[in-house]
Amino acid sequence: MAPTQNAPASVYRRKDKLGVWEHRGKVAAVGVGHSPADRRWDGTLETSLGAYSLIAAQKALDDAGVKKEQIDGVVAVPTGLGDAWGPERPYFAPPYDSEDGLSGVSADWLVKNLGLKNVKWTSHGPGCISNAMNVAAQGIGDGMAHTVLVLRATGNNPGRYHQSGTPTADFTKGPQTWEALYGWPGGIPQFGAGFEEYCRKYGTNHDRLAPFVVNLRRNGLMMPEGYYSQHRPDPLTVEDYLASRWISKPMGINDCDMPIQAVACYLVTTAERAKDMKQKPVYILNHGTWASKARSVYQTLAETEEWTDSMAHMMYEGAGIAPKDLDIFNAYDGFTLFTQYFLEAFQWHGVKRGEAHDFYAGDISVEGPHPLLPSGGNNGSGRSRYWHYTDTIQQLQGRAGKRQVNIKAETGLAGGPLPASGNWMMFSNSPD
Amino acid sequence: MPKPAPTVDEVTKPFWDACNQRKLTVQHCSNCNRFQYPPEKTCANCGNEKSLTWREVSGRGTIITYTVMHDVRQRTFQADQPFNIAVIALEDDPAVKVFSNLPGTPVDKVPVGARVKVEFQAVHTGQLVPEWRVVS
Repeated sequence: MAPTQNAPASVYRRKDKLGVWEHRGKVAAVGVGHSPADRRWDGTLETSLGAYSLIAAQKALDDAGVKKEQIDGVVAVPTGLGDAWGPERPYFAPPYDSEDGLSGVSADWLVKNLGLKNVKWTSHGPGCISNAMNVAAQGIGDGMAHTVLVLRATGNNPGRYHQSGTPTADFTKGPQTWEALYGWPGGIPQFGAGFEEYCRKYGTNHDRLAPFVVNLRRNGLMMPEGYYSQHRPDPLTVEDYLASRWISKPMGINDCDMPIQAVACYLVTTAERAKDMKQKPVYILNHGTWASKARSVYQTLAETEEWTDSMAHMMYEGAGIAPKDLDIFNAYDGFTLFTQYFLEAFQWHGVKRGEAHDFYAGDISVEGPHPLLPSGGNNGSGRSRYWHYTDTIQQLQGRAGKRQVNIKAETGLAGGPLPASGNWMMFSNSPD
Repeated sequence: MPKPAPTVDEVTKPFWDACNQRKLTVQHCSNCNRFQYPPEKTCANCGNEKSLTWREVSGRGTIITYTVMHDVRQRTFQADQPFNIAVIALEDDPAVKVFSNLPGTPVDKVPVGARVKVEFQAVHTGQLVPEWRVVS
């Protein structure tokens, strides 16, 4: 079997005004499986991303009550979010003789090492679980496979995160040049300056994020699979948040999710087959993909708002629902400075442009009337970008434990990461 | 503040040559009547290569936002943290944005809305690169 490739562009719904998704309600997420979550890889093969992938995949199978023999498709995000292990550091005996299994896990690695004998379709959704979930949903809807494992392994090797490569060089070349000359590479300053523009336009400030970020950690501590709930079960206080060091002011360290070593896996299948599985089906109403390019070197707030508005419209239209119908809202928060763009674009609970920080000051707890990001997101459980999916599925199944919201939980949204580009999915506990 | 040196290539050579003459130039597409920055091989709007020329611009602009960098990944900047990075809209076409460390402006005292003027600084190879200073 040839190595798995990234999904072709044709599987993604990339445009606004495409109408209702042709497979709306015909594909469902059922099972959820998580590995342990560690701060960094300790170098033992038992805690490698490969080993954790086998744990997460088996848990997803068990959760759905599905046997390995029933799996006929695998979609994975083939590379992790952290640095590579090699080539300076030596590899190990097979199956850990390359990056695959150490800094990321491909569909092929999972098929081979989990012993999946009946797989007829594999594909890769690069970047984030949100991409892989979209690929899986479209593939199942199109008949490529009927029972699919969707895997995301995200690692954190020893040493400082993302410190290798061009950014440390005395020379700069290519597209990075225009940023690197001024200490702007890698997106981080964009996030700070973009947020500064937002604050100036709407008369708000960084400190007003405090209740939102504190609540993310609170929710994360109710996510048993998360890093903080397992290893640092102390709440984040407003005082902690306000005292945190700056990274790219007005973005502080507690506005950034913490890299971790962990894996999640989801079992996604046809609506028909989902009926016979162990957990309630969570039907996929729509998936969408957004990719935009700024007019110049800086992404303006006007561009951010225009793009996220279009993306939100695309998601609602394809799902056949309106903002008032959306119950669970789990948009990306790995940089907390982004979430207001998504919240206002989706107009969840009536929040309009410029109103997010006022909304944060209200009751956004899972117990209250506006349970914003009940997952706790990446800031609540560590940098993975998949807690949003786990929580949305579990909320709609009514098994989110201490995080289970008191409001109606019939529809839900998960996705991200960037205002400029990302992948989103709308769920419902009804196929209709 | 020491900056890294740009690697000059076929597309960007006219830009860097102009900088060495203390002139700021920006790509312009005659098909679209549109400025383009950063430089690319083709017009990002119409895809045409031959319609792109280099136009000298005034170098004046306005600060629209900024960040103060405290934890930069680039080694060349780390000794000078924290430092300003401003976003400037050029007067000749405000859709064109450039970055600046705003020499002469105290850290975290960036006057959003202020007018700025281009100047040129030498990097370790001797290449001149554009910077911007607040006009008093």
